[in-house]
Amino acid sequence: MKSEFTPPIGKISQISGKCISLIGNDIDTDRIIPARFLKCVSFDLLGKSVFEDDRKTLKGRHPFDLKENQDSSILIVNSNFGCGSSREHAPQALIRWGIRAIIGESFAEIFYSNCIAIGIPCFTLPKKSIQDIQKYNFNKKLFLEIDLKNSSAKSEDLNFNLEIKDSSKNMFLTGEWDATATLLKNSSLVERKFKDLPYIKFS
Amino acid sequence: MSQDTLFDKVWDLHKVSSLPGGSDQIFIGLHLIHEVTSPQAFGALKDKNLKVKFPSRTIATVDHIVPTDNQSRPFKDNLAEQMIKTLEKNCLQHKIRFFNIGSGNQGIVHVVAPELGLTQPGMTIACGDSHTSTHGAFGSIAFGIGTSQVRDVLATQTIAMNKLKVRQIWCENKLSHGVYAKDLVLHIINELGVKAGVGFAYEFAGPAINALSMEERMTICNMSIEGGARCGYVNPDEKTFNYIKNKTCAPKNENWDEALLWWKSLKSDANSIYDDVIKFDASKVEPTVTWGITPGQSIGVNQQIPLLEELSLNDQLIAEEAYEYMGFKPGQSIKNTPVDVCFIGSCTNGRISDLRVAAQVLKDKKVSRNIKAFVVPGSEKVANEAKQEGLDKIFKDSGFQWREPGCSMCLAMNSDKLIGNQVSASSSNRNFKGRQGSPSGRTLLMSPAMVAAAAINGKVSDVREYMH
Repeated sequence: MKSEFTPPIGKISQISGKCISLIGNDIDTDRIIPARFLKCVSFDLLGKSVFEDDRKTLKGRHPFDLKENQDSSILIVNSNFGCGSSREHAPQALIRWGIRAIIGESFAEIFYSNCIAIGIPCFTLPKKSIQDIQKYNFNKKLFLEIDLKNSSAKSEDLNFNLEIKDSSKNMFLTGEWDATATLLKNSSLVERKFKDLPYIKFS
Repeated sequence: MSQDTLFDKVWDLHKVSSLPGGSDQIFIGLHLIHEVTSPQAFGALKDKNLKVKFPSRTIATVDHIVPTDNQSRPFKDNLAEQMIKTLEKNCLQHKIRFFNIGSGNQGIVHVVAPELGLTQPGMTIACGDSHTSTHGAFGSIAFGIGTSQVRDVLATQTIAMNKLKVRQIWCENKLSHGVYAKDLVLHIINELGVKAGVGFAYEFAGPAINALSMEERMTICNMSIEGGARCGYVNPDEKTFNYIKNKTCAPKNENWDEALLWWKSLKSDANSIYDDVIKFDASKVEPTVTWGITPGQSIGVNQQIPLLEELSLNDQLIAEEAYEYMGFKPGQSIKNTPVDVCFIGSCTNGRISDLRVAAQVLKDKKVSRNIKAFVVPGSEKVANEAKQEGLDKIFKDSGFQWREPGCSMCLAMNSDKLIGNQVSASSSNRNFKGRQGSPSGRTLLMSPAMVAAAAINGKVSDVREYMH
């Protein structure tokens, strides 16, 4: 875990870092950040509590506790990662721990859109490829350089393509993932929509 | 791509623009907020020096952190007190309507908005809570959002989102006696899997859905997200309109006539195109109970926990994790599993009809010794209605504790928590590891009627044996 947190800003096109593998399907947001940590009015302190209960159960053997994984920033996960609640606290805890990109077989929908909204690109790969990467990473340190524009990743020994939705990719490349400014641009269209919707006047 | 479904119509109506990145800018007609996912969004507005665009389109209540035993202020829990205070301050500052404790209208956000008549057909509804899908029961397009998107809705009344595909889930025939909407939705999630809905809106349709009450439809749409679908909906019909009529915030007089005319025009066309259609036979659904750590791991109450080899390769990894965590052996019956705690409540099953069904099972019966059983009404309105009908008395006479409204042990953000590896029979929506407040606590999801039967018997039971 990094001690100081600087949030991503603007265009995101390159992410480099050490990989950390977390094995398991359907890892839900209650596991990523248990609900008791949601009793807060800021996200600042969430980083240290990421996977708190799983880590306690594994008594130091959880990937997020292993010495060799400290300073990792690319998380490798399996299927349906981030299922469950809409709590943005989950990706906020991950990013504050140090995660800057996630590669997985699949992601739950709201978790995925929360990741975009805070500047964490999520990439997908087929099940077998993920398992291969996790196996490789089990034995050997894996440092990846991700090029978002070409959706590719390379390391000393490996070179592979990553999948990411075009619309998500464009949002990172243009900086539009930080959506407020873009949405504010259409203020007059929004006001017209407010006036035109059939129900505003009666609800 | 789907065409002419209710989802397409409502989406198109609310589309403000196509954004350069490829997603759509969608107007949010009704924005609901609560104390957990909104403070950071208001903080971001302040940092960016932005105002709330249309304060009249946002409604607030407090639900996740409220204690259900003693609600006097300040709350015993300082952090909870700080959260409610922050919400009070933000609502006051930004002129947002806030249904606070004691207002008569406080409760779980997804119970409150429908019962006030705020939830209406044809709207887009967003809230920083994944169970926002509940509101789709009225033919609105409703989905959960994260805090950054809460910020965007406050600042712009819009969000950036990719259009979803539409899968119709057609339910033939009707549910049999003692089988409820909860059983049907658990069955659907079990059949399709917990990630099948990713990228989809689920349209629930067919004779079995038409036969459901509005509250039962809410239970179904509520758990769309447990099946991976961010949004679930039912086409509005006479039941929908009758439910809304005369509610506090429902359109009145000539507005009602106008609203009704518009609502009646809102439904998927007979020849609309879906991205996918899946059929179920509702008459085959049994009272259903989860045995694992995802809402997809469920079986009929008289069935056995599946053997590893009976499951697909994809489901085996999480099944092994579930056997170990839950302490179940493959092939074991779920029926007669001893339980420690019985919880009736939540946005899935904390409405008046849920309390009625459970009370009917509990009438003149006693909760088994050593069981902690408690009922948490979904809202102050539900609690008041239940009291008028004498349901609180039935619950208390049976040995249930009668609590104040809130989310309570669905996610255990207040002091209602499992202890150690207790087993709970719960009418809530998630059986994730640690969900109900203890890192080793175990949750069995079921209908409120089944929770009542489990409370009487002290173990998982078939509620049909307790019905006259």
